[in-house]
Amino acid sequence: MRARVLVRPKAGILDPQGIAVERALPALGFGGVSNVHVGRLIELDVEDTSQLDDMCRRLLANPLIEDYEILEAPSHAPA
Amino acid sequence: MKFGVVQFPGSCDDEDALHACARVGDAELLWHGERDLRGVDVVVVPGGFSYGDYLRVGAIARFSPLMEAVIEFAEGGGPTLGICNGFQVLCEAGLLPGALLPNAGVRFLCRQVDCEVVNTDTPFTRGLKREEILSMPVKHTTGRYYAPAEELAVMEQHGQVVLRYAGANPNGSSNDIAGVSNRDGNVFGLMPHLEHAVDPIHHSEDGLKLLVSAAGMVTGV
Repeated sequence: MRARVLVRPKAGILDPQGIAVERALPALGFGGVSNVHVGRLIELDVEDTSQLDDMCRRLLANPLIEDYEILEAPSHAPA
Repeated sequence: MKFGVVQFPGSCDDEDALHACARVGDAELLWHGERDLRGVDVVVVPGGFSYGDYLRVGAIARFSPLMEAVIEFAEGGGPTLGICNGFQVLCEAGLLPGALLPNAGVRFLCRQVDCEVVNTDTPFTRGLKREEILSMPVKHTTGRYYAPAEELAVMEQHGQVVLRYAGANPNGSSNDIAGVSNRDGNVFGLMPHLEHAVDPIHHSEDGLKLLVSAAGMVTGV
C-alpha cells in the first residue's frame, strides 16, 4: 500500500508558521483566511500497514507536539 | 578527565565545543558512526543541523550508532550535555523531557542572552550559585521549549528547570526555560551556546563555568 501520513502541530500549541502564512496571504490580496496551520506530508510504500502507527509514534511524528493521520495514497506511478 | 564531543553529519559547533572543553580538560571528537565512547567522562552533543534537520530537528540523529552508546552512558548516570541542536537530539532520544518548537516570532535569533541559574544540584551547575546570571549567546530557529503543563509542574517540583532566561524571553519558551535536566540531574540540555562564551575574545566567558563544574565533579574537586 502507498500510505500518506499527515503530521500537524497539536491543537493548542502555538503554530508560528501557520500565523506567518495567515498574515502573508492578505498582503497578496487574499482575504477571509483564518486558522492556517503548517504541517508535513510523508508518502511511503509499505508492505505491512500494521507497522504504520508504530512508525508514526516512533519517528515520523513526535506525539508530544504533533498529531498524525494515516491515509491511503494513490499508488506511486514512476515518472 | 576527558570530554567527548559527538560529531554528526551536519554538526557545526563541534569544533567550538571541542575548543571549549579543551580549555577545561582533555577533549576529543566522537564520530556518530562509531559505537565506542572511548572512556570519556562527559559526553557533549553539540549544536548544528544534524542530518540536515530532516523530518524534525534531532529526529534522525537520535538513531545514529553512537547515540545508542550515549543513551546507555546517560541512563547509567554519566554526565551528558546537549547544546542547542544537541538539546533537541537529547529530547528526541527521550533522555530529556519536552521538545523544542519553532521560535514564537518565527525568525532566526542570534543574540547574547542572560540566563539565571535555578538549580545548582547538577554536575554542570554544582560550581555555580543560585540566581547567578550567565551571559551566553543563542542562535536558533527552533528553540521554544515546550512540555505539557502537567509535565512542567513535575519538572519545576523536581528542580529539572536548571536555567531560565532572565529578562526577556527570546523565543516563547514555556516558563522562560533555557535549560533543563532529567530527573537524576546528570543529563542537561540548553539552547544557549556555552561554547561561544569561553574565551577572552568572546563577549563573556560564563560558559566555561558549566564545563568547569562538570570536570570538577569527575575529578572530585
